[in-house]
Formats: sequence, C-alpha cells, structure tokens
Amino acid sequence: MDKHAFVLTALKPALPPPRAASGPLKWLRARLFAGPVSTVLTLVSLAVLWLIVPPLLDFLVFDAVWRGSGREACLAETVGRPVGACWPFIWAKLGQLTYGFYPADERWRVNLVFAAAVALLVPLLIPSAPFKRLNAALFFVAFPLAAFALLVGGRFGLAYVETRAWGGLLVTLVVAVTGIVASLPLGILLALGRRSSLPVVRWLAVAVIEVWRGVPLITVLFFATYMLPLFLPGSWTIDALLRVLIGVAVFAAAYMAEVVRGGLQGVPRAQYEGAIALGLGHWQTMVLVVLPQALKLVIPGIVNTFIGLFKDTTLVMIVAIFDLLGQLRAAFADPAWASPSTLYTGFAFAGLIYFSFCFGMSRYALFIERRLDGGRR
Amino acid sequence: MTTDPDRPPARRFRLSPQALRAAALQILVVAAVAALAWSLIDTARSNLADQHIASGFGFFAATAGFDVSQSLIDYDRADSYGRVFLVGLANTLLVSALGIVFATALGFAVGIARLSPSWMLARLAGVYVEFARNLPLLFQILFWYMVVLGSLPGPRHSLEAPLGIFLNSRGLILPQPVAGDGLWWVAAAAGAAVLAAIVLLAWARARQARRGRRSLPAGRVALALVLGAPFATFLALGRPLALVPAELDGFNFTGGIRLVPELVALVAGLSFYTAGFVAEIVRAGIQSVDRGQSEAAASLGLRPGRTLHLVVIPQAMRVIVPPLTSQYLNVVKNSSLAMAIGFPDLVAVFAGTALNQTGQAIEIIAMTMAVYLAISLLTALAMNLYNRRLAPVGR
Repeated sequence: MDKHAFVLTALKPALPPPRAASGPLKWLRARLFAGPVSTVLTLVSLAVLWLIVPPLLDFLVFDAVWRGSGREACLAETVGRPVGACWPFIWAKLGQLTYGFYPADERWRVNLVFAAAVALLVPLLIPSAPFKRLNAALFFVAFPLAAFALLVGGRFGLAYVETRAWGGLLVTLVVAVTGIVASLPLGILLALGRRSSLPVVRWLAVAVIEVWRGVPLITVLFFATYMLPLFLPGSWTIDALLRVLIGVAVFAAAYMAEVVRGGLQGVPRAQYEGAIALGLGHWQTMVLVVLPQALKLVIPGIVNTFIGLFKDTTLVMIVAIFDLLGQLRAAFADPAWASPSTLYTGFAFAGLIYFSFCFGMSRYALFIERRLDGGRR
Repeated sequence: MTTDPDRPPARRFRLSPQALRAAALQILVVAAVAALAWSLIDTARSNLADQHIASGFGFFAATAGFDVSQSLIDYDRADSYGRVFLVGLANTLLVSALGIVFATALGFAVGIARLSPSWMLARLAGVYVEFARNLPLLFQILFWYMVVLGSLPGPRHSLEAPLGIFLNSRGLILPQPVAGDGLWWVAAAAGAAVLAAIVLLAWARARQARRGRRSLPAGRVALALVLGAPFATFLALGRPLALVPAELDGFNFTGGIRLVPELVALVAGLSFYTAGFVAEIVRAGIQSVDRGQSEAAASLGLRPGRTLHLVVIPQAMRVIVPPLTSQYLNVVKNSSLAMAIGFPDLVAVFAGTALNQTGQAIEIIAMTMAVYLAISLLTALAMNLYNRRLAPVGR
C-alpha cells in the first residue's frame, strides 16, 4: 500500500451556509468592495459623482430662476441668492429657437408639419403597429412633399415664406429628415453600383463614395455654397438652404452606401443563386430577394448613420444657416437677457434637446437590434 | 488572388446578348458622365469670365495681407497665399495629432474602466460614453470654448500647474524648451538606440523561431535601450535642455509657448468627443475575445499577465484596429470645425479667408478637399497594411 494515501475515517462536519448568497449586502461586497483596488475605484467614482451631480442639480433646479421678464430677474443682486439657470431666458427665446424668423402668424404651418411628422413616425417605429407599408409610403414620399408645400407656401392661399427666414429646430429637423429620406435610396444605389459586375459603374460608385467619405462635411458645405453655383448656368439660382440640403444628402448617402454594402455582403450567396435559379433578373433579384434581407441586417447601422447626420446638422451654422445651435448663439447676443447665467442656461437647454434626440435614437437602434437578433436565433 | 465569396457570381465574358448589353450600358454611362462634366466645365468657364474671376493657381504667389493668430511656421501678413496654405495645413495636422493622442489615451482608459469589476466606475464610464457620443461635436467644442474657457480668469489670476504651466483667458501657457550644447548628441543616441532595438528584436525573433522558445526578454531590453540611452546621454552631457517657464510681466505673460484658447478648446472638444467612440471600440474589442481563449491559456500554464499580453490583446487588436482607424480619420476631418471658433486651420484660413479675398472658389475648395482626401487615403493605406499584419494567419 502507498503509505502516502490519505483517506478520511469519519465524515467532516457540514460547512455553515454562506452568510449571504444574494441580497444587497452581498451585491455591495461583490460589485463595489471586492478588494482594495475595487474599493479605491468605487470611492474615487463616488467622489467624482459628488463633485458633479449636486452642483448640476443646484444649477438646473434648486437655484434656478423660473419666472421673470428680463435680465434683472436672473441677477444675483435682484434675487438675493446665488442664481442657477435662467429659465425665463429660454421661455422668451423659445419661438426663435424653434422657428427661427418664421413669421409669427404662419407658425401654425410649422406646428402642423411637426404634428404630422410625429403622427406618422410613431406608428412607423412601433413594430406591432399595422399598415406598415402604407405608413412608410406616407412618411417617406407623401410627407416630404406635403411638408415642403406647407413650409414654403406661395400656393393654395398660403403666404410665401422664404427659406432665409427659417431657423432653429425647424432647420435642424428639415436638414436631418431630408438627409435621412434622400440618403437611403441614394446610398442603396451607390452600394449596388459598388458591387456591380460592370467595371465602369463599379469604379464610378467607388470614386463617389470614397471622395465624399474622405472629406470633412464642412468642405462639402463650402463646395455646395461657393463652388456649385459656378457650375450652373447664370440664370439658375439655387436657394441657399437647398444647396446645403443637396450637400448633406450626398455626404450622408456615401456613408449610407457603406452601411448597405455591409448588409449586401451579409446576404448568403445561396440567396442570389436561388433567385437566379427561379429565373429572376438582376433587378428583380436585388429588389425582391437581396435588399430586404440586406437592409434588415443593417438597421442598427442605418440608425447610427441617422444619429451622425442629426449631429452633423449643426455644421450648417458655418455657412450662415441658423439651426438650433446657430439661433442659440444669436440669442446670447441679446443685451436684454445678458446675465452671468445666460450662457450656461442656453447650453444646458440645447444639450438636453440634442441629447434626448440622439440618445432616443440610439436606444431605439439597440431595441431593434435585440428584436432582430431574437428572430434569428 | 482571392475572390469575394459573397459577391454575386460574375458574368463570364462572351459575345452574348448580355455582354453586348453590358458593353453598351457602360459606353452610355461613360458618355453621359463625360457630357455632364463637359457642360459643367463649360458653364463654369463662362460664369468665371462673366464675373471676372481669375482662374489658375497664380494667386499662390500673391500677398495674403492678413494675420493668423497661431502658426507653427514663421508667417507674417506680407507672406503669400502659398504660405497661408502651409500655415493652415500645419495647424490642421497639429490639432489632429494632439486630438488623436488624447482621444486614444482617454478612450482606452474609459473603455477599460467600463469593464472594471467596480460597478460604480463601470457605470460612470458608461455615462461618460453616452454623453460624449450623443452631443454634437460642434456643440461640445462651443461648450469648451464659450463656457469652460470663457469663464477662466485673466492672466494675473491664472490657474497654475506644476512645471510652469498656466491656464488663463489668453490660453494655455507652457514653458519654452531651450536647447543647450550637445542636444544633438542626445538625438543621435536616441536614433542609435532605436536602430539597435530593431536589430535586437529581429535577432530575438529569429532565435525564438530557431529554438522554439523564448529565452530573452527582448521587448523589455529594447524598451530600456530606447528610453535609457538618450536619457543617460542627456544626464552625462549635463542636461543640455532647459524648460524656461513664462513670467508674469505686468498684465501678460512673456516667454513660454502660448497655445491660443481656440486651440485648447478644439483639442479638448475633439478628444473628449472621440474618446467616447474609442472607449466603445476598445470595450467591444476586449469583449470579442472568447472567454475560452483565456481559459485555454490558463490551462496551458500561462500566468494572467502573459495571457493578456500573448493571447487576449493580439486578438482584441484585430477587432479594434479597423474602427480605430476610422476614428482617427474622423479626428482629422472633424478638426475642420476649427472654423466655427476661429482657430486658423486649413479650412478657416484657406477655404475661408483666402477664398473670400480671392474669390477663386474652384481652385481653393478643390485643393482643400484634395488635402483631406489625400490624408484619408494615405492613413487608410497605412492602417490596412498594419491590419494585414495583425490578420489571422492560415484560416
């Protein structure tokens, strides 16, 4: 026998149950104070939170001024305590920030367009809502035409409003929605072109995509504003906003094309072969078989491109079109509201708007991604 | 030569009806593009003639006659537009390089923090990422410029950091490095050390391939050589480089290197914005490496540090490098937002001021776009080469 063998001769007593297998204390220990390093990191994080959150809440809520009609309302001397956000400044400028210099009597038209957009978009975004096809057709085709007619006017008894008077959130949304609606079909065409078997078509598509993706949006806007007019016959004048819309649409289309190309590559080769075996032609194969699968694969990528586009709309300010951020900057110049907290309030307000739009879109993309993922498994 | 397995099967070339139709279609496309280009050029030519705008690059030699607030190379208002172009290009490259360095450092830190076992730190990093990515870059740059830097004190009440660094409403003031005798030798030592390190690494790799095991800590020796040799030379020669801090003289600082607030705001905005994206790329890269890989490495007897170094990081880098490249390109392109706060980058001084003065939109915008395009394509090329080295072998 091996004399090193070790065998118990009696049962060992059972160990006591762990003090906490779950519950808040156990969670705290595992997640926050697992060891010295973890404890230090947690304490540092708490300190950072303590430095940021209470002053922010003080500024936005507890020390804020909510009513008033001029800069005096937001001065510490008048209020007699430290002053946080000056919300009356935002109420007073809300019209300018939303509509720009769109005539006050005609603003119902903008509101109608906003309302129609929400009414059409919300059911489109809810996967279980019925009539998807009709809904999509209305949103992507009928709505842009109707919105254009309503906003510009000059027909059907509506007064004409030149685009130079547009501004604020209206311009932000017009640029974003036009970019979104125009870039998707253009991007699909470019992506198909890039995968075409005809070399000339392929190289043209590659050139267009790479050139627009390789340059900053600002230079595209400069191109549209200063260079494009030189290439058009003297009698043609294109509206400044329209020029910018063209630039944004082509720019976004180049990015969209790469997203769609990813989707096209994700469709198995057998799908093409199956479609050809059924006797479908090139375009039938693409439209009926390949594209629906490809687009479904890249919905998150498409939404991410939309988020990027929405953020990029701020750049139109540089070619003197006053979107939300541009109007905000203009509002800062108003001496009637000049107070120490005006600047901070304006940035807090615009930040909240941009953040809620972009964060909402990214959460929606995540939701769709999970849903599609579930369907595939 | 490999073929893309997902591409639809290419039609074979025969003189079939399909081939004829394809040829005809392509000729038609070429003809249409040529006709469009011709008509555009023709229109532009007559428009330029009508508006009496000169064409060509003759303006390059003309005197620019405007000042630039920050320049890496010598410039004054009597210099030419060609010089302005170089000033703008240098500023664009400076901002891009600073933005890339800071965004990478912060992005990797935040990305790793998101995976930290400390729940609080991971959540904090997550909140940072959401805010950095969901607020427009221009908004963030304006925020840094107008709100953060706008509320800085004047020079007499500057915020002070060690080593003679000051921050005030006039910008960031850094000490001026002054070269002494023998700095040249330090540079030479650095060059020699880099060469020696390359040779050492190649030799160690060959030796490892021959013997089948690692017998030298070549990486560490090389690092010590590259850092140590110049430093030792530096000390041996009696520290031939002095950092002379700026001095407060009346109402302003004299001496030192002053970075204008526009530069500081632009780099801060670019870095904090891009870091949010880099953090997500790093997190996704590390998470993409299967747990089984580190478990397998552990069962082979590798210690955690070596597992990370030899197994996890090389695989994570394959996932990280391509999107990281896109982010670097975005930093270069986004540096053009300098225009919005008046920092004299390429777009601001060349496509902005120079364009307004000369009216030569076609040449100037085409050149500006060509510069960015060239940077993009060159970077993409370099990163693709690097990426190819990282790509999995034998799959």
